[in-house]
Amino acid sequence: MTNASPSSTQKRPRVGLFVTCLVDLFRPSVGFSAVKLLEDAGCDVDVPAVQTCCGQPAFNSGDKADTREIAQNVIKAFEHFDYVVVPSGSCGGMIKLHYADLFEPGSDWAARAEALSAKTFELVSFLTDVLGITTTGAAFNGSVTYHDSCSGLRELGISEQPRRLLAGVPGLELREMADSDVCCGFGGLFCVKYPDISNVIVERKTANIAESGADMLLAGDMGCLMNMAGKLQRQGSAIEVRHVAEVLAGMTDAPSIGRVK
Amino acid sequence: MQVTSPHFKSNVTKALNDVNLQKAMGHVQGGFIQKRVAAANALPEFEALRDAARDIKNHTLAHIDLYLEAWERKVIAAGGHVHWAETAEDARNIVLDICRSLKAKTVTKGKTMIAEEIGLNEFLEEKGITPIETDLGEYIIQIRNEGPSHIIAPAVHVTMEQVVDDFRRVHTHLDPNRSMDDPVTLLSEARDVLREKFLAADVGITGANFLIAETGTSVIVTNEGNGDLTQTLPKAHIVLASIEKITPTLDDVAQILRVLARSATGQDMSVYTTFSTGPRRSDDPDGPGEYHVVVLDNGRSKMLGTEFQEMLRCIRCGACMNHCPVYHSVGGHAYGWVYPGPMGAVLTPSLVGVDKGGHLPNASTFCGRCESVCPMRIPLPKMMRHWREREFEQHLSPPIARWGLKLWAFAAKRPWLYHFGAGIKGPLLAWLGRKNGRFTTMPLAEGWTRHRDLPAPQGKTFQQQWKARKAA
Repeated sequence: MTNASPSSTQKRPRVGLFVTCLVDLFRPSVGFSAVKLLEDAGCDVDVPAVQTCCGQPAFNSGDKADTREIAQNVIKAFEHFDYVVVPSGSCGGMIKLHYADLFEPGSDWAARAEALSAKTFELVSFLTDVLGITTTGAAFNGSVTYHDSCSGLRELGISEQPRRLLAGVPGLELREMADSDVCCGFGGLFCVKYPDISNVIVERKTANIAESGADMLLAGDMGCLMNMAGKLQRQGSAIEVRHVAEVLAGMTDAPSIGRVK
Repeated sequence: MQVTSPHFKSNVTKALNDVNLQKAMGHVQGGFIQKRVAAANALPEFEALRDAARDIKNHTLAHIDLYLEAWERKVIAAGGHVHWAETAEDARNIVLDICRSLKAKTVTKGKTMIAEEIGLNEFLEEKGITPIETDLGEYIIQIRNEGPSHIIAPAVHVTMEQVVDDFRRVHTHLDPNRSMDDPVTLLSEARDVLREKFLAADVGITGANFLIAETGTSVIVTNEGNGDLTQTLPKAHIVLASIEKITPTLDDVAQILRVLARSATGQDMSVYTTFSTGPRRSDDPDGPGEYHVVVLDNGRSKMLGTEFQEMLRCIRCGACMNHCPVYHSVGGHAYGWVYPGPMGAVLTPSLVGVDKGGHLPNASTFCGRCESVCPMRIPLPKMMRHWREREFEQHLSPPIARWGLKLWAFAAKRPWLYHFGAGIKGPLLAWLGRKNGRFTTMPLAEGWTRHRDLPAPQGKTFQQQWKARKAA
């Protein structure tokens, strides 16, 4: 593994993993992939048990009071770490970009939210932009296509970092799909509130995925992945779907999303 | 114009089942996007111009009263008339009075969204005055008896085959067996029909992309030249504008123009950019005898000083809808009023009320593509979220959604309860889904499983496994 920091003389950074509610319930293997990637990169990882969700379902439903309380819990649980790492651009963006606005400007809580924001990173951008990692040491045999989840792409500027790490995986062929930067139609509660619109959007996405010719779809957000996996499987597609962290960590033993051995 | 936004869901069903609409929308998705990105990439200072455009409008909105008054003085000094219209009804009556004072029988119209907003065509027809749309897209939807589905491409929802049928139906004076197999033929046919109307019109009505405080000038940008004929040939030119079109100086307008067409159609500049200051002067070779500007508020001044003020920076380029996956799926009519897409999702609740327009800011995935292309850097998703907050505060969201959310939030605020629940759900659902690894139906999740399978959890939750790992 190549990495720029931390050197053996430095103290290992203490990373709090915000595992996300979807990873916790649906796909713990993504959480363990994240832990492996972080530990291999020289971090001490802990996962506070008091975390639940970042609060986006309430935030995007206009329920600011509940969002604020959830945010306070997250701030309290994570502010003592050197870094907070999230295997999701959407939840990472929530903590990094939206928490501070929930509180009175200039208040103690706003300051604590801003301090947390400064040390919160999406997993892949933490590995690349903060730790300077260029390869994760994983190997993979097959072709993949990568979907840019919207929040990671447009809120956090994550686009080239996962592609750079994937390019360093021996045996992996990246086949870009058309419009990889266009929404998959998930949108949190949007996909259940307006299922028919969501369906049209995800159908366009799965057509582009299929046209790429790749055997596997990767992305960095469980919500988007479950949406696209669910649609591909409803369409009878053989394309497998995984979180990018699983491939980068070399932890692809578990069946892919929505499949059994 | 009638508001059908409360029926957004049934509008959507209709739109998704409309074969012609879906065919027409299929063409929208590529062109505008590729052209915009090519135009933006060709201009190194494009991003800096977006910042400048945003700053100009922010400054203007902070002093909008002063600039509007300064502009009014200049219009009057140039021999023009300014009419302040607080409501749509006021604006309609002002236009009618001007038309009646000139005994107008027909009025030609360049593209104006304000006319759509105030429902001008239906009103004038009721009063015995014939409005004639001269923009090709507007002409097509007028003969189809429809509203616009896009703010710069009003007939984008119509296929060429449909236009051929409409022209054959309406242009009965032409040979019914004529060939109409390419867009250019259709364009020249419309042009020939409209040419006579231009000459016969008593009054010409246009919109305004800008009102310039420094000079009292109104500006329109067009690609067909119809705006110039509309405003120079008749006895009077009526400009329909809304208050936020005010811009301080010619220099400011020149800066904003550099992002407008690039964001809209990918052109460096639109084909025509027309500046109009007052009526025909004694030594002018042509021009209208009277120049009137109707300035509409219709709820906009109530947005000033609120979290929605930034929406008033909008210059109506259409980039947000051109890049919106929801707009691409349902087209503009589903939004149920004049302004569709992301800008409509913010503006419609502001102007018609969130009780009527509440669906629109909810029907967004918050993908953020609109904000990323908005030349005025309007934070559209954030403002849609502000509307959801207002809705939530006013208890307008459906009770089942509110209670579901409250129940979830109750647990999300109590980690022990949350993990207790997840610790049961994870293994249970994994066991139930053990055969296929996914579900094709799921109670309470019909919205999800109607169109896609639901992946089953892997088994124990991450937290359960992490606890075991740490204990080991």
